[in-house]
Amino acid sequence: MAVETARSGLWTRAQRASVDQLHIRLESLIVLIALGAVMAVLSPFFLSLSNFLNILLATSTIGVLVIAATFVIGSGGLDLSLGSVMGLAGVVGAYVAVSLEWPWPLAVAACILAGAAAGNINGQLVTRAFVPAFIVTLGMLGLARGLALVISHGRAIYGLPSAMVYIGQGRPLGIPMPVVIFVATALVAHCVLAYTRFGRHTLALGDSEGAARAAGIRVERHSRIIYTLSGALAGLAGLLFTARVNAGDPTAGINYELTAITAAIIGGTNLFGGRASILGTMIGALIMGVLQNGLTLLAVQSYYQQMAIGAVLILAVFIDQYQVRRESRV
Amino acid sequence: MSLLALSGIRKSFGAVDVLHGVDLSVGRGEVIGLVGDNGAGKSTLMKTITGIYRADAGAIELDGKDILPLDPGQRRRLGIEMIYQDLSLAKQQDVASNIFLGREPTKKLFGLFPGFVDKASMDRQAAEMIERLGAHLPAINRPVGSFSGGQQQTVAIARALTFNPKLVIMDEPTAALAVREVQSVLDLIRRLKSEGIAVILISHRLNDVLAVTDRIVVLRHGRAAADLATAETNMNEVVARIVGGGDISAAAAHEQRG
Repeated sequence: MAVETARSGLWTRAQRASVDQLHIRLESLIVLIALGAVMAVLSPFFLSLSNFLNILLATSTIGVLVIAATFVIGSGGLDLSLGSVMGLAGVVGAYVAVSLEWPWPLAVAACILAGAAAGNINGQLVTRAFVPAFIVTLGMLGLARGLALVISHGRAIYGLPSAMVYIGQGRPLGIPMPVVIFVATALVAHCVLAYTRFGRHTLALGDSEGAARAAGIRVERHSRIIYTLSGALAGLAGLLFTARVNAGDPTAGINYELTAITAAIIGGTNLFGGRASILGTMIGALIMGVLQNGLTLLAVQSYYQQMAIGAVLILAVFIDQYQVRRESRV
Repeated sequence: MSLLALSGIRKSFGAVDVLHGVDLSVGRGEVIGLVGDNGAGKSTLMKTITGIYRADAGAIELDGKDILPLDPGQRRRLGIEMIYQDLSLAKQQDVASNIFLGREPTKKLFGLFPGFVDKASMDRQAAEMIERLGAHLPAINRPVGSFSGGQQQTVAIARALTFNPKLVIMDEPTAALAVREVQSVLDLIRRLKSEGIAVILISHRLNDVLAVTDRIVVLRHGRAAADLATAETNMNEVVARIVGGGDISAAAAHEQRG
């Protein structure tokens, strides 16, 4: 058994090994290292421990959204509402803590539950009303953003309890809390996606809905769980952001779905589902983080950064599709 | 008592009635050929057996137990497997992932966290199964989409046989195969029969059907129009029952040349 008939090149074998063993796409790792090297040459501030932690801190909020995007896209779905749901969740959390003056654990739970509820509505509409995910989540992008503005009367809600602020600004052992929470979430998510039945069924569903159904997987229920999970993670991202800036900002997370989906695709997630890994997409998230950090250090206007992200998304999908077409049969 | 008993199965899609009350019974280790024109309802009938479609009316019993309310996963666990014409494989996943999809063996990670898929055991069992089928795959840990059609079918067959099925439904398993591969599928059907596994074979290739089945059921306009013992029938009669009148002799002569 298992004899390689076609002799493949060194590069192809290295690619396959990195995907099989590390769940990482070699290309994205090389891009990350190259990008880091360029930034280090261009800016004297880039290679320092404090800047490294800065990048991780800046990546933590978006990184949690990337985890959500990876699960949804890997399962063959799409969630465009990530950024808006994140904004809504942050406002709900701040509203519960500041306006209602409820204890902070309830406010934390409210963030995540608000996100999960929005995600669950997405899932119900996609699987029961048969509205395409693109439309449902695009609608939710508007709905959630609008609701966040309604709840907060269009203004940021200030004055969070200190325990909540610690989640965003605390530094146990010198490591920022959002980084701790982000890394822990990513590790758990990686194990779930790569090694559990739930993760395998997610990728099988994204690969072929018919195959998953024939295998006895409850396809609709699985999709609803994925969308709810995606919303809950957006809620967690909203919590991290709100706690870090110490305010429930209704405009938080605008355009974050663009960055999150881009990072997931650069990290090796197949746009049409069936292939995804959290470790891989975390590299994608770091690429986006380094890109933004580097451009900021180089004093490039943020308008250009937005353009850079959009261009990277299209480029990443182009390269992915090019490779798929070359392998043709996959 | 028969293994599988269908009675009065009806199914419609919107205004289109596909099945108008089909009766069918399959005995243990029996090989049934299911034939009929395109649109006669063969695939729809099979999907009501596997649970992909829910019958509008009628009863389905396996070993005397009503399985109509069960979902596809539960019916699979009771021993009903199907090899689909399109194979229904997850093409970006590897061989073992496809064979064990929905029924992955799990273990505890570090003896602590339950629910982790035991990939090593999956790979080992998958390789054994492929070997038992006498097939050769270029590599067990490659996406099945990179395999040829025949190799992909091997994976689909292995998936249907790994969990000791009682009934295997095959939808056009020989349609896309070369001559030698067709023979190995027919041999496989005979082997399943000898092991007491029932087979329902859907095929347009009447020579194949006549060669391996015990009975031939003809589906016509959503009804079981004929139930023929293979030993007592012939190509002419089967063709006549499929087309149901018209220019039978010309159709039969054409089939016999094949």
